[in-house]
Amino acid sequence: MTTTAPPRRFRLTDLAAGQDLLTAVAVPIVAVLGALSVGAVFLILVGADPLRVYEKLIDGALGNTYSQTQTIGKATPLLLVAIGVCIAFRANVLNIGVEGQVIIGGLATTAFTLGFPSLPSWALITGGLLAGFAAGILYGAIPGALKAYFGVNEILSTIMMNQIAIQILILLLTGPMRDVSASATSANIIQTAQIPREGWLPLLMPRTFFHTGALLALALAVVGFIFLWGTVLGYRIRAVGANPDAARYAGVPVRRMMFLAMALSGGLAGLAGGVEVLGVTHRTIQDFSTGYGFSGIVVALFGSLHPIGAIPASLIFGGLLVSGTKLQSVGVSAAMVVVLQGLIVLFVVSSAEITRRRRRAHAAQSAAGSEAAPTAESSAAEAAS
Amino acid sequence: MTPEQVLQIAAQGVAAATPYLLAALGETFGQRAGVFNLGVDGVMLMGAFGGFYVALQTGSPLLGVAVAMLIGALMGILMAVSSVTLKAPQGISGIGLYMFGLGLSTLLFETLVRSPVPLRTGFDRVPIPILSDLPILGNIAFNQNVMVYAAFLLVPMAWFVLNKTVFGLNIRAVGQNPQAADSLGINVDRVRYLALIIGGVLGGAAGASLSLAQTKIFQENMTNGIGFIAVALVYFGGWSPMGVMFGALLFSIVTTLQLWLQALGVQISPSLITMLPSVMTIVALIIAVRLYRTGTPAALGKPYRRDEA
Amino acid sequence: MNKRWIAFLMAAALVAALVLGGGAAQAQDKLRIALISPSAQNDLAWSQSMADALKAVQAELGADKVELTISENLFRVPDAAAAMRDYAAQGYDIVIAHGTQYGASMFEVAAEFPEVTFAWGTASDYGEEEGLTNVFAYEARAEEGGYVNGVMAALLSKSGVLGVVGPVNAGDAKLYIDGFTAGAKATKPDIDVKVIFTESFGDTAKATESAKTLISQGADVLTGSAQQVPGAITEIQAAKGFWFGTQTDQAAGWEDTVVCVQVFDWTGVIKEIIALREAGTLGGKAFAISLESGLTMKFNEKLSIPDAVKQAAEETINAIIAGEIIPPGSPRELEPAATPDN
Repeated sequence: MTTTAPPRRFRLTDLAAGQDLLTAVAVPIVAVLGALSVGAVFLILVGADPLRVYEKLIDGALGNTYSQTQTIGKATPLLLVAIGVCIAFRANVLNIGVEGQVIIGGLATTAFTLGFPSLPSWALITGGLLAGFAAGILYGAIPGALKAYFGVNEILSTIMMNQIAIQILILLLTGPMRDVSASATSANIIQTAQIPREGWLPLLMPRTFFHTGALLALALAVVGFIFLWGTVLGYRIRAVGANPDAARYAGVPVRRMMFLAMALSGGLAGLAGGVEVLGVTHRTIQDFSTGYGFSGIVVALFGSLHPIGAIPASLIFGGLLVSGTKLQSVGVSAAMVVVLQGLIVLFVVSSAEITRRRRRAHAAQSAAGSEAAPTAESSAAEAAS
Repeated sequence: MTPEQVLQIAAQGVAAATPYLLAALGETFGQRAGVFNLGVDGVMLMGAFGGFYVALQTGSPLLGVAVAMLIGALMGILMAVSSVTLKAPQGISGIGLYMFGLGLSTLLFETLVRSPVPLRTGFDRVPIPILSDLPILGNIAFNQNVMVYAAFLLVPMAWFVLNKTVFGLNIRAVGQNPQAADSLGINVDRVRYLALIIGGVLGGAAGASLSLAQTKIFQENMTNGIGFIAVALVYFGGWSPMGVMFGALLFSIVTTLQLWLQALGVQISPSLITMLPSVMTIVALIIAVRLYRTGTPAALGKPYRRDEA
Repeated sequence: MNKRWIAFLMAAALVAALVLGGGAAQAQDKLRIALISPSAQNDLAWSQSMADALKAVQAELGADKVELTISENLFRVPDAAAAMRDYAAQGYDIVIAHGTQYGASMFEVAAEFPEVTFAWGTASDYGEEEGLTNVFAYEARAEEGGYVNGVMAALLSKSGVLGVVGPVNAGDAKLYIDGFTAGAKATKPDIDVKVIFTESFGDTAKATESAKTLISQGADVLTGSAQQVPGAITEIQAAKGFWFGTQTDQAAGWEDTVVCVQVFDWTGVIKEIIALREAGTLGGKAFAISLESGLTMKFNEKLSIPDAVKQAAEETINAIIAGEIIPPGSPRELEPAATPDN
């Protein structure tokens, strides 16, 4: 073998698709169209009219003001979760433990607000959200440490951590944190007591799920962007994800960065749980977080692993989830939305190769003789080394 | 607990290990070839539904298993197209495959079957003459359904294929060092396709073992994450069929044990006992990492591109 | 970099722009009822009990008089709350939130739509404290049928061991299981009732394994609740034992196994709600179905049940209705006047 360049390892950050405008827009659109066409085949198979179903999907998410606020309400936790997933992704860590981290965060927020009911509103909300954030960090730090210092595959450990979180939820809701109010006891409800009203996130539009948590999520998307691209820490995290060997050579503590990214990712998921408690459910209930984990990953991926990109992505998938439950009116199970999500993931990840080939061809054309296609990530890593 | 009860737990645990074992054996082939398929649970669900529906309509569980395996193969090809041909990151392709399988199996069930119905003709226990009368082992090993026998017979077969055949050699070569394998004239992509198809076939069979033998029922998301645990079992077992079998048995026996303890009136919170297998798996993963530091297929999780070699 | 996201937003806006006004709501004089249920409407359990009742009422009053819409599988409370609001805004007359967990959210929505009737269960709280006048509550005294099933199970069991496959130790399931245990113990004090909680509602495989475990430990009669039970019924069927059910009739498919099911028949409640609404009362009442009315012990007619067992069941039913037997968890337990006769 006479190759000069060392074999380039595949990295999760390669999924941050094309750097040119065309691919950035084309990839998600083509992926969605692809998923919709394959989905249509299955819809015809089960005897439904795909056009009617898809029309209902759009109508259910955006048809009127109420459904629009529903979409935003659903997008809020998804966005928070996705920002965290982006950070982990950027350090080449795949956080599948979001589901569990959301649950633990929600429990912590509930426990704080129920524990200090006499605090003034601002302190109750801030403290509650910080409690959720901290609990999420702790719960994410466990698989983070296992990954960074013990080499345990984070995908596998987080799957188990999710199972454990569900049991912790049941344990607390049927035990120490159980709602002991008279009506709940008589009906044997599995939930915590309602948190004090002072702890509720103010609504931006009355009678909706459109609460101030949405603004917090938006702000954190910007913070996440600044963190990743504007701070030394964020730069180091990205360097680890882009090329761990080069990063290590440049003196970046690779393990610590992986651990940190996972913990932060868990923190944002925990915060999502807290926001959901203070903004929507106002208590922790059974089935508290069902499906935010995988949907959050889908959103992060669809947003090209970029916190700002996650904003439109969270709206699109929030809308999809909202209208999914309304598909029953056209005789199609909400499971159709899960099918579409799966297909979209497959299409998005698979199209990365096509953009990559495009990029290579482009690079070969414009800069004859250069060995590798320069991307923002790899040049960042090169700069580090 | 009496010795008799211990034997009963063992017999029940062996049967309950079947879906874990089949799925994990299939996953072993893929991972040995360097492909990490996280979507096994989705493959299992499709297999479980396909097998159930065919058996329900035709009355033939054998035909059901065959269809489940065929569906599994198709799911394996889907994974291969995405992660081998199009070089997508395997963990995420797997999530896509999982969601696709979860959604589609539910959609098809809700459209074609609607209400939970039991199968009249699933796989029942087939005691093996003479052997099933053996003390201790008789009931555990020789009084099970066909899927159980098949799954455990596959363990030595899988070992043989992986270690003693040219095909197995190719799989391991592709998983260790695809560049070198390529330079020796092995078609890396083709070997990975075949390994993923085998994984899909066994994943489909695993689902069928759940719906046709273990429960004789199909319900939405009936695997409840067995496929994900199967992926962990492959690490646990150090990528060897025997190790995987040991892991599957340990996991299902602990799960069975916690049900037995509850029924025996042992006063532990059911939530705490239900956590036990998950906690155990994490601990096992930590140990497995130490034990098999050198056994991991070196190219696991990395798409192979000839132009970058 | 930023151009990508602007383009992204533009694409999203394009999708939004594609959406036009949507269909106008057609005005009609039909009675419009919406059901929101946590699991599938044919789960052979909780959700199906209400779906069946609503369909029966619709068939009785005529499809031209009653419009029925069902949103099933809404196990996430915020999704259910969104659906409630959606239906109320669309002008539905009666919105049924068929899950205890929906309560808190439902009260909030009910306050926003005082002209819409809301009903929820199992619950006894119709929002009096919150000042609501448009909420009905309904509950099932599941412990009563549980008790009757326990009596029969104890009589039918040859091994003296009964098994219960429960979801979690709370809610309706707890009432039912406690009633079942009490009924069995009252009939045969030395009977062994073994309980396994799967800590899940829909894990069929685990319910199957739980049933296997119980059967291995000698149980020849099983009961259980939630949508996970089909696996357990199939298992006891294979072991040639008996099954007692609750919530919705489960005999179809297991005709040789299911002895009796406590069926939650909500038709009476629904009809009363409709009648009250037509008379101008939008809420403010709690209903409880009990063996006296609404709870039906449905015997499987395809199975020959010994007369002694049936007779014992009838006697127990009458005694419970008369207040001579008070199952645990019953509100009557708290009444000082009625002393249980042990």
